[in-house]
Order: sequence, then C-alpha cells, then structure tokens
Amino acid sequence: MIDLEIRGRAWKLGDDISTDHIISGKYKFRAISNIQEMVPHVLEELIPDFYLKVRRGDIIVAGKNFGMGSSREHAPLLLKILGISAVVAESFARIFFRNSINIGLPVITASEVPRATEEGDVLSVDIEKGILINMSKGVKESIRPYPREFLEILECGGIVEYVRKHGDLPWRGTK
Amino acid sequence: MVIETRGPFASTAPLAIQIMRETGLYKVFDPLKVLFVIDHASPAPHVEAASAHKMMRDFAAKFGIRLFDVGEGICHQIVAENGYSRPFSLILGADSHTTTLGAFSAFATGVGSTDIALAIALGKTWLRVPESVKIAIEEEPKPFISGKDIILRIIKEVGVDGLTYRAMEFHGSAIKHISMDSRMTMCNMCVEAGAKTALFPSDEVLSMNLAQIGVEGIKLEADPDAEYEEIFSFDLDNLEPQVAEPPNVDRVRAVEELEGVEVDQVFIGSCTNGRYEDFLTAARILRGRKVKKGVRCIAVPASRSIYLRLLKEGLLHVLAESGFFIAHSTCGPCIGAHLGLLGPGETVISTSNRNFPGRMGDKNSRIYLASPATAAASAVEGKIADPRKYLGR
Repeated sequence: MIDLEIRGRAWKLGDDISTDHIISGKYKFRAISNIQEMVPHVLEELIPDFYLKVRRGDIIVAGKNFGMGSSREHAPLLLKILGISAVVAESFARIFFRNSINIGLPVITASEVPRATEEGDVLSVDIEKGILINMSKGVKESIRPYPREFLEILECGGIVEYVRKHGDLPWRGTK
Repeated sequence: MVIETRGPFASTAPLAIQIMRETGLYKVFDPLKVLFVIDHASPAPHVEAASAHKMMRDFAAKFGIRLFDVGEGICHQIVAENGYSRPFSLILGADSHTTTLGAFSAFATGVGSTDIALAIALGKTWLRVPESVKIAIEEEPKPFISGKDIILRIIKEVGVDGLTYRAMEFHGSAIKHISMDSRMTMCNMCVEAGAKTALFPSDEVLSMNLAQIGVEGIKLEADPDAEYEEIFSFDLDNLEPQVAEPPNVDRVRAVEELEGVEVDQVFIGSCTNGRYEDFLTAARILRGRKVKKGVRCIAVPASRSIYLRLLKEGLLHVLAESGFFIAHSTCGPCIGAHLGLLGPGETVISTSNRNFPGRMGDKNSRIYLASPATAAASAVEGKIADPRKYLGR
C-alpha cells in the first residue's frame, strides 16, 4: 500500500544518473540472494554513506535521464528499501521508469520544481491530483496525472501485488 | 494497452524467479516461448553467482524451459542464432541490450525482473506504444567503418537521452552496405540514446540471413506514409572511426582527437561487438603483430558457434599469437563481474556499450568505447590508435 500524497526532504542529484551510480553492477552479482547486503553501496560514488544519511520518506530530485543504463531492478528497489518515497526528475530512462512503477516507487516527471530544488528542501506531491510543490521555495507545478492503471498499481504497492489480488494486469479491454 | 506475447523472451535474472516464488505466480505460460541464458558472471566466479545459476537451472528443469548454460553464449546472440528473432517477433529480455534483435525486424526491448516474472507467468506485459524517429543514413561507408562507428556517431548527435521512450527506425541508402553483425551492434546501442527499440527493415541482407535458418517470406517495412516525430540524417561516406570517452556514451570524438591516450587493457567482445565480423577485423590488424607489452588484451566471442568458427578459420590462433587472452563466451568484463576488472586510475579501450564510472572496475578507472578495429590497433600500440594505419584508408 502506497500513499498517493507524499511529503519529504529532498536529495538533489544531477543529470544522467545511471543505474550503475545507484548500484554498481559489481555489487549486483555478488549479492543477488540478499539485497540487504547491497544497501551500503547505494549511490556511494555520489553521496558517501547515503544509506546512513537517508531518512524514511525522503525524495530524490534529479535532472534529465534519471536511471539510464542497465535494466537492473535492484536500482529502484534499493531506493525503495532505503525509504525513498518518490523520485522527481526532469526525465527518466524508460526501463528505470517502468521498473519503478512495477515495484511501487512513484516516479514524477516535472521541470520547474526539480530546477528550483536544493538539497534539504521539503517537497510535497499529490500523485492523484497531479500537484508537486517545493514548500521551502514556494514553487508549485502541475504534473501530468498518471493513467488509472499506474494509480491502481501504486495503491497495491506494486504490480506483483496487483496481479496477486486481481489475477491479471490492470490494463483491460484490449488484447 | 496489453500485448499478448508472440515472440520468445530472451534471458532472465534470478530476481525474477525469486519474485515468482515469493508471490505465488510460480508458473510458466508457455515453456516454448521462454529462454534462459546463463551469460552474466559465467562460469560462476563466486558462490553467490553459482547459487543464482543453480536457481535458473532448477527452474528451467522444473518447467521445461530451454536453458543455454555456461559457455554457450550471450543471450541476444543466442536468441538470434537459434532463429527466435524474426520480423514481427515481440521479444522481452531482462537485459537492456535486448534491443540488439531489432536487426531482425523484431520489436525487442529490455525490461526489469518484475516485468519478466509476470511475462513468464502470464504471457502478457504492458507497453506504451512508442513514437518513431527516423534515422536516415545515406552513402556507402568506408571499408574500415563498422556498425560501432555509425551508432557512436548517431549517439553523439542525439545524446544519451535524445531518444528516450522512442523507437529508432533505420532508413536510407547506406543500409544495404551494413552487415547483420553491424546492424546488431547498432540496435544494441540504441538504448544508450534512451530508445525503447530499434528496427532495421526486412531487406535482402536480412532475408538472406533468415533463409539460412529456414525462415522465409515475412517482411517488416515502414509504411510509405509513416509519420515520424523527428528525423536525423547522416552521410556515412566521410565517417571516420569514432571513440566515446568517459563518463558518458555521447562524449564521442573522432579517433584522431584521442590518439595517444595510453591504455592498460583492451577488451574485444560483449553483446555489442563479440561477433564473427568483429574478430575478423581484429585479426586483420593483429596478424603477424604483437600486442604492446604490459597491456592486458582480452577477447571474448559472443557465442560458442562464433568461437568455433573463429577456431576453425585460424583467427583465434592469430589473436592468441598476438598476445590476446581468449575466453569462453560470456558477458565478461563489460559488466565488471569478472575476467578483467580495472584497478584505480586504469584505462581500458573496450568494444562494449557503456563507459559509466566504475562499470568495469574501480570508480576511478576510465572506459573508452570503440570498434573492434580501433581496439585492435590500440592493442598493438598500447594507446588509442587509428585503425586506418593498419586497414588502409
């Protein structure tokens, strides 16, 4: 179950943050069986000891092309495990975007707020209404609302949970 | 929109099996449409990988899924060689470079473990229909140019996020001069510009390739009145060898601008450039020459059938005699899992697809991406070198 209204403290990152930045491939293959072992390495090259500094509910704010590169689902999953409540970016790499929706991590595409945000600012997001606010800076932005199916997936906490509950994917009517 | 999967799925990750096991979706919709390939960290360099591989073997045996084990090849190459990729196939792979198979006029795209788990269990997935971008490539490239140079040039133009979500379609008079091996390289790297998939049309070159494995009569071509969101045009007749410098794939320069950068390691292989044509070109440069002393040179054919052909034609002998270390077919050092990681401050010239910091080893190592020709020339000189010196202009 995921709250569609989110409020959290911002961590600011730049453009082109790759899945290798989030969790390097050399760790992925050392700890497939226990994802917890990878936690200390999350974003380690960009923010040393990120796993110790991050607080539950924090929001990652980034520039263009967040999550580029490998299809490793460990990247969004580890952010979720560390308590990140949403990622706000100017754009997302497509596999990272779909992996995030699938595992129930809200990913928000925006422009004004990510550009205005500095580390430590407090952001609020209403996913259902499509409103993103940087409360520290007083910057408000409308975001493109998610399709119904994305909301249904997020409300279940992920697509696997959705399928367990409903027996099928949320998309209906076409085959 | 829901698309019933008609094509096979290439490769998977143990995380998918874990997801299926933990969620009660422990089933396979059609074992004939699912393939497992053990290519990353293969053979297992540590117990964790061994456990993951075992998990895949056990799952494949239980559900009757065809599994390609250690040494058989890299998943995208395996799918192609076994005739699973053909015009109109829909192929999902738990690897971002699944786009490689667009060379066969197949819609092939990479997804994550959850997507693969659900697709294996339900035979369905969700996809947003991508906008199309036309890549018009004209004129005949010079003989020393390969698909790697062409795709690096394109990525330089469009940028690492220039084609995000979109489908890349190759058009133009240059296409007929581009081999299947080079087409696979180009489709492979479309994801480095953010593209969802890349497609070559079903032309003579593809038809001849498919006829060899008994596939005939299916052709995918763009509608004459197709609309494109954007069009990029390139003339290839004056294209020079291209090199991407760290830390991003769009930092592309002509080889002349980077000549002289010293390298500690050379890697020729990966799903991007581990094919027959790649080693044929490398061998033309390496025949009768030695690699520079002190440079570790690693060659990894992308599949056993490529390995065997190179062996039969004496090309592996050429590589070994020049000082290359030749490994069995695996993803190898490209993903930093094993077979030649880089130490602090070291530099590699690699034919693989990504040069992000830390990907092939220490975070302070540097990855230059280039064609097999440029990599082989660099192996001889111990620094980034122009292959035209060896292949002629």
